[in-house]
Amino acid sequence: MRDVELKMKERAAELLKSGEVARVIGWKKGEFYFDPEPSVFETEAELENFVYNGFCGANLSKYLIAASKKPGKTAVFLKPCDTYSFNELVKEHRVVRENIHVVAIECQGKLDISKIKKLGADAVTEVEELGEKVKVSSLYGDMEFAKEEVLLEKCLCCKGKEHKAADETIILHEMPETKNDRFSGVEKLEAMTPDERFAFWKGELSKCIRCNACRNVCPACSCVKCVFDNPNSGIAAKANDTEFEEQMFHIIRAFHVAGRCTDCGECSRVCPQNIPLHLLNRKFIKDIDTLYGEFQAGDVPEGKTPLTDYRTEDTEPGKVFDAEGKHA
Amino acid sequence: MLKISKEKLNGLYSKISASMPLYMPLKKAGEANYGLWADGEESALGVLKTVKSPKDLFFPQSETMMKFKTEGKSIEILDVREEQKPFVLFGVKACDFKAFDVLDRVFLAEPVDTYYQSRRSAGIIVTLACSRPEESCFCKVFGIDAAEPAGDVTTWLDEKYLYWRANTEKGNALTESVKELFENGGEKEVSAQQKKTREIIEKLPFSHLDLSRFKPENLNELFDASEWESLSEACLGCGACTFVCPTCQCFDIRDFKTNEGVIRYRCWDSCMYSDFTQMAAANSRTTQLQRYRQRFMHKLVYYPSQHEGLYSCVGCGRCVNKCPQHLNIIKVVKTLGGKAHD
Amino acid sequence: MINENLIPKIGVITDIRKDTPDVKTFRVVGTDGKKLFEHLPGQCAMVSVPGVGECMFSITSSPTNEEFMEFSIKKCGCVTEVIHSLEVGQQITVRGPYGRNFPVEEDFKGKDMLFIAGGIGLAPLRSVINYIRHYRKNYGKVVVVYGARSKDDLVDIEEIRTEWEKEPDFEVYLTIDRPQEGWNGHVGFVPAYVKELGLDPNMTAVLCGPPIMIKFTLAGLLELGFDKSRVYTTLELRMKCGIGKCGRCNVGDKFVCKDGPVFRMDELDELPDEY
Repeated sequence: MRDVELKMKERAAELLKSGEVARVIGWKKGEFYFDPEPSVFETEAELENFVYNGFCGANLSKYLIAASKKPGKTAVFLKPCDTYSFNELVKEHRVVRENIHVVAIECQGKLDISKIKKLGADAVTEVEELGEKVKVSSLYGDMEFAKEEVLLEKCLCCKGKEHKAADETIILHEMPETKNDRFSGVEKLEAMTPDERFAFWKGELSKCIRCNACRNVCPACSCVKCVFDNPNSGIAAKANDTEFEEQMFHIIRAFHVAGRCTDCGECSRVCPQNIPLHLLNRKFIKDIDTLYGEFQAGDVPEGKTPLTDYRTEDTEPGKVFDAEGKHA
Repeated sequence: MLKISKEKLNGLYSKISASMPLYMPLKKAGEANYGLWADGEESALGVLKTVKSPKDLFFPQSETMMKFKTEGKSIEILDVREEQKPFVLFGVKACDFKAFDVLDRVFLAEPVDTYYQSRRSAGIIVTLACSRPEESCFCKVFGIDAAEPAGDVTTWLDEKYLYWRANTEKGNALTESVKELFENGGEKEVSAQQKKTREIIEKLPFSHLDLSRFKPENLNELFDASEWESLSEACLGCGACTFVCPTCQCFDIRDFKTNEGVIRYRCWDSCMYSDFTQMAAANSRTTQLQRYRQRFMHKLVYYPSQHEGLYSCVGCGRCVNKCPQHLNIIKVVKTLGGKAHD
Repeated sequence: MINENLIPKIGVITDIRKDTPDVKTFRVVGTDGKKLFEHLPGQCAMVSVPGVGECMFSITSSPTNEEFMEFSIKKCGCVTEVIHSLEVGQQITVRGPYGRNFPVEEDFKGKDMLFIAGGIGLAPLRSVINYIRHYRKNYGKVVVVYGARSKDDLVDIEEIRTEWEKEPDFEVYLTIDRPQEGWNGHVGFVPAYVKELGLDPNMTAVLCGPPIMIKFTLAGLLELGFDKSRVYTTLELRMKCGIGKCGRCNVGDKFVCKDGPVFRMDELDELPDEY
């Protein structure tokens, strides 16, 4: 990976030096190997702290909403899955395509430090990526994990190695083939009785602290003023007063991003309580696929989504699902 | 000192909760948070950090303050609070316990916040020393000894036993009520554990942060520092750091209309939110840089300037673990703190 | 156990005066017909319509008024819009008094006083001006410079015309932003008028109005030789609790609800520029 990082850094320096772009959005070093931070680089000197490693899971596309309004072009490093979000933002006119230079980068799957810690690694001081293994050093001793065990949830359902937007590409190694088994979690929930399902979501959503991290990180949540922040909406609520309110917040949000959600997985990555929010979105994606034929949001930067495109031959949900939600 | 074998802990919990509510770290839907213990609940006492801090027990994330009944042109105010009965808060770590001191100085200062006060005085706090601190811990920087927390009772946990020492009158009374479950001893084991814990703390990467520049006289210089821009640029403006923080105490007061009248509630709020300072016609903080700066200036400069140099951070490291984009107070301290980081 | 600090009292609106197209002054007493609580000039109170919200307003009536309290409220948001729709006899809730008052007994006593207000900014000053009128012999000369967008936007113009202008050793200078039919007085912005008047820099000055007016007026006063330590103003920030706990009105190491709203200009210089 180190060679990819060097190449990216080199390219960023060239783009800035030549004046082709005014800024580059990438990642900068954190305190450890495992906490890089999204960053805007405006000078070659700032690139000193540039980093790209297995912990750069953050999807940088949403930062382009602000960046594309600034004078000059912005270069951005996007992993294959991030390009779907980018296309959606372009499609929705949130990002001005001409102002962005997309550098499509290689991804070997991104790691989840909280999974590593949950597996028993405390006081982690160093992480090394060794092919299919991840070596963790801590003040309590060293541990080794299989990479698959500690991948981010979103990487377990990788959308593949194809970039859906690219002005140039940096791929130095073969990217892994991963199985896109993204509906298995949804199927498990569908197999539950309504009471079991309700209990599952009640347990998960009652952990919600209403920090809005899921919403604020979501590239599909790009409203200038969210209805939940607008005191005049009548539903602005900061209180995690009842489970009912939490359910409403997450369900309304899932409805709002339905057909636009690319399944980038950022909501689940950032949730401080590890609520599997991606399952709500994937249920919508699965239903849309079932009702209107397979559709992947962000595949292309234009066109209509199944939910914004009315056709007379569209099927009635009642013909596909019975009252229990089962396939009729 | 007393000790109780780990297998008997459920018996201890059930004995305590027979006489009063017992709140402690519980694992629910995979995460550890403070909750009301009941038979069948899964204890998370061994978990180093609950997601949310225990401040909820004194300052709930949301609470009803009062209700109003309106009829025609008249209003009736209903005080809906019930008398607060004693409860036990078990398993509080040294950093979270110190955070109560930070909160007390806000809520118990005149004019006293009686909502907070009534819960605070009803709570019996049993602390638990840390034995496996992690890399994001930096309580030492704030003079906290994770191996020797205060509280009404202090406890230590190892592979075999929970060790128990009452520190206050409240703690003695609680001890009396459960004494039959305990046996004597543990001094040696506890001091051995403390020695080990302190050695590890000494080696933690953030145990020696330099806070020397965060002084009232540097207030304006720090406020005007150009580094805030790069420190805050990735901030999403969410409230994750605020809501997991044991010392953040900002709140909102709002009204909620129901069929039975109006409920006035208060709930945690975050200075990271764009509407925090929104007025009808103006907003004193319009950029995320300003909001980000406010949070850290408040913890490291404004609060200490109001409270004899006490920082409004206890080094629990939750924000370090939970920020979606890995921004945190460590980066602020290292960038603006003092010479040691230059 | 009632928390006196966060649980309000019930007030009854006994009179509503429409001052300008968007400012109304509400007279409020307790349910027993008496004044709700005592206050000092410059202090504020939280007024609320349950179900709509609670807002901080300066108490515009003088503490020397023993019968009632008055709030001059400009319609500019959700809460004030509803308050403007209320009728006489309606109950509201009030809690307070909050904040630091003008130092009428300490620093103002025996001084020549200059009051400069713009628009609704007269509301907090009216309390202190009427206090000084009540204890007239304790204070020196009083000069009031008051401006508004138009003659219809001058708050409390009746009291100014019938009472203030008739006081001895009491000068009132009114101005409006643009010429208007039926207005023979001065036309122009407050900061320019202040400079034009060539006021005595030994007076103690109190400013209240929109931030832009304060900024330029202060610059004008400094040019005339006024000292910042004798210029006072009031700040307005979002508030929720009123008792320095909710964190909203925090600026530097001050809370506007508790340490303000009255600040001296030299004190504001010490604070970060975020108000």
